[in-house]
Amino acid sequence: MAGESISRISGKGVYVQGNDIDTDRIIPARFLKCVTFDELGPSLFHDERFTESGESKNHVLDAPQHRGAAVLISDDNFGCGSSREHAPQAIQKFGLKAVIAGSFAEIFHGNCTTLGIPCVIASDEDRKELSKIIENDPEASLDIDIEKREIVCANKVFQVSMKESAREAFLAATFDPLDELLGATEEIKAAAERLGYA
Amino acid sequence: MGKNLYQKVWDDHVIRKLDSGQYQVFMALHLIHEVTSPQAFGMLRDKGLNVAYPNRTFATVDHIIPTDTQARPLADEMAEKMLQVLGEATAEHGIEFFAPQSGAQGIVHVVGPELGLTQPGMTICCGDSHTATHGAFGTIALGIGTSQVRDVLASQTLAMDPLKVRRIRVEGKLGQGVTAKDVILHIIRVLGVNGGVGHAYEYSGSVIEAMSMEERMTVCNMSIEGGARCGYINPDDVTIEFLRGKERVPTGAEFDAAAEKWRSYASDPDAEFDDEVLIDADDIKPTVTWGVTPGQAINIEERVPKLEDVEGLEKNLVTDALNYMKLQPDQGIKGTPIDVAFIGSCTNGRLSDFQRVAELIAGRKVSDAVRAIAVPGSEKVDREARALRLNEIFEAAGFEWRMPGCSMCLAMNPDKLVGDEICASSSNRNFIGRQGSPTGRTILMSPIMVAAAAIEGKVSDAREVFSLKGEE
Repeated sequence: MAGESISRISGKGVYVQGNDIDTDRIIPARFLKCVTFDELGPSLFHDERFTESGESKNHVLDAPQHRGAAVLISDDNFGCGSSREHAPQAIQKFGLKAVIAGSFAEIFHGNCTTLGIPCVIASDEDRKELSKIIENDPEASLDIDIEKREIVCANKVFQVSMKESAREAFLAATFDPLDELLGATEEIKAAAERLGYA
Repeated sequence: MGKNLYQKVWDDHVIRKLDSGQYQVFMALHLIHEVTSPQAFGMLRDKGLNVAYPNRTFATVDHIIPTDTQARPLADEMAEKMLQVLGEATAEHGIEFFAPQSGAQGIVHVVGPELGLTQPGMTICCGDSHTATHGAFGTIALGIGTSQVRDVLASQTLAMDPLKVRRIRVEGKLGQGVTAKDVILHIIRVLGVNGGVGHAYEYSGSVIEAMSMEERMTVCNMSIEGGARCGYINPDDVTIEFLRGKERVPTGAEFDAAAEKWRSYASDPDAEFDDEVLIDADDIKPTVTWGVTPGQAINIEERVPKLEDVEGLEKNLVTDALNYMKLQPDQGIKGTPIDVAFIGSCTNGRLSDFQRVAELIAGRKVSDAVRAIAVPGSEKVDREARALRLNEIFEAAGFEWRMPGCSMCLAMNPDKLVGDEICASSSNRNFIGRQGSPTGRTILMSPIMVAAAAIEGKVSDAREVFSLKGEE
């Protein structure tokens, strides 16, 4: 079900600066009025990117030189707040394939993992350097190697970390756990009976 | 060596270890609502899967429901559609749905506990980060994403990493006018908005033990705002007595047996914790936020930060937050004029919240400059408040008494701030744009502090406005 394993992600980067970027900022609540996730891409960071009358605020995500970026870089506690899966769905549907941050809020991290979006943890220093590289050369490719826990960018190697269970799941193509969960029907039934929920 | 509650509940519900190193864990109770769950039914349909344990999932509608009129069809077409999709999906799969006007509708984290669906020792999940609320009963209660809602519908299990457990002991006695909301805002302020990452919080100590269940729910509710995946309080006599007689709780000898089992989940006296934090009740004062995260908080006597006191990225954050809030560095928070007062939400929308405020505002008037709304957390809360004529006290004071829902906590319904209005709010998040206007401003505080602000037209010390002195 999870399909292919994910061991490498490569592409241009874009740096959205700030600690504690919450999921209300990633996708404001009014865009949660939907019964599918299909249309969420254009609403990513909507209120940071557009005025109330819909004019561009020239947000970094809309800068022509960052068009087509595959890797979002941000800072600490990225994705805090609401559990809305709409946030990683919007990131994915916008075209981004991985997020690099100093740390991640846990529900957001879990949602990203299930959707196949690696959450990569890089030090303050390395994020600063990566953001400088892409500022000077927006075409620079960030090559994330999940197996080796490193990013290669502008001929430089950055050591990064990931939650180990997520890393394993990306490599083994089990990041969407549903098939594996459904493989334990008898054990689930036994647990339900033992706990009195059958 | 004894075990803590988290370990006991985990051990009870773990099914097996998965290849990734995560564990498959049985979910005792699954709650769903219209915003994060309809998509999960679509995912099931795409895969040709069914709901495995429909009797362990319960649905309500809360986020998009209007609080002025709930006549169908709802004026907002998309809100109506979400409600319809949830109604159809629950009917198709045999899931109980607490629909509007059923007498049981309300905010998902108010409804579960008041019906007695939430019981000690359970694993509970819901596609909503404030699921941590249910931890007040001694449960592992987790907010999850929609794909995980799908997993639970299909298998009644989740793939999970185990958490560390931090014990937060709050010792001493709270002063008059210092509430459960101030306790949790203070804890988040001290430990930070990401201080809890990787952890479950166990709240204990004399202050927590002295709290009612509704106060305990307020504390656990905001665990997620401190970065903790969940928070819990050990079940005790207060828990057992709250549950006695609740609609979905067994009676007679069965209740006694259940109560004995529930108590057994409490952390053992010799339980170990990954770490421990001690909070002195004397340090906790009525607390309000000044910025755009729940950790950007000060007590009512303090001033907002000076820029000289912060450095680096933190300086940017503080500057941006002050600019957004239109506050000056080093200004006192007390006296900040407000436009809107909101009492409600899964944090502070329960009967005792309205009772306490009603006692204080009886005979007083909301400032002419303030639009004030009170939104009960559920149809049951509304019914009980009306039976006590609390709605009349609120209305006489100048509050609008609304129908139940999440309302202005996240403004997915018509209850929104307009422009850069500033709201004294009993809710849980002061994020940029949270209350429905991209430039709207939120100051989080306790319900009695909201009441004080509403009356004075500005952020005020409830202890002064209502002459509260000494210890609670």
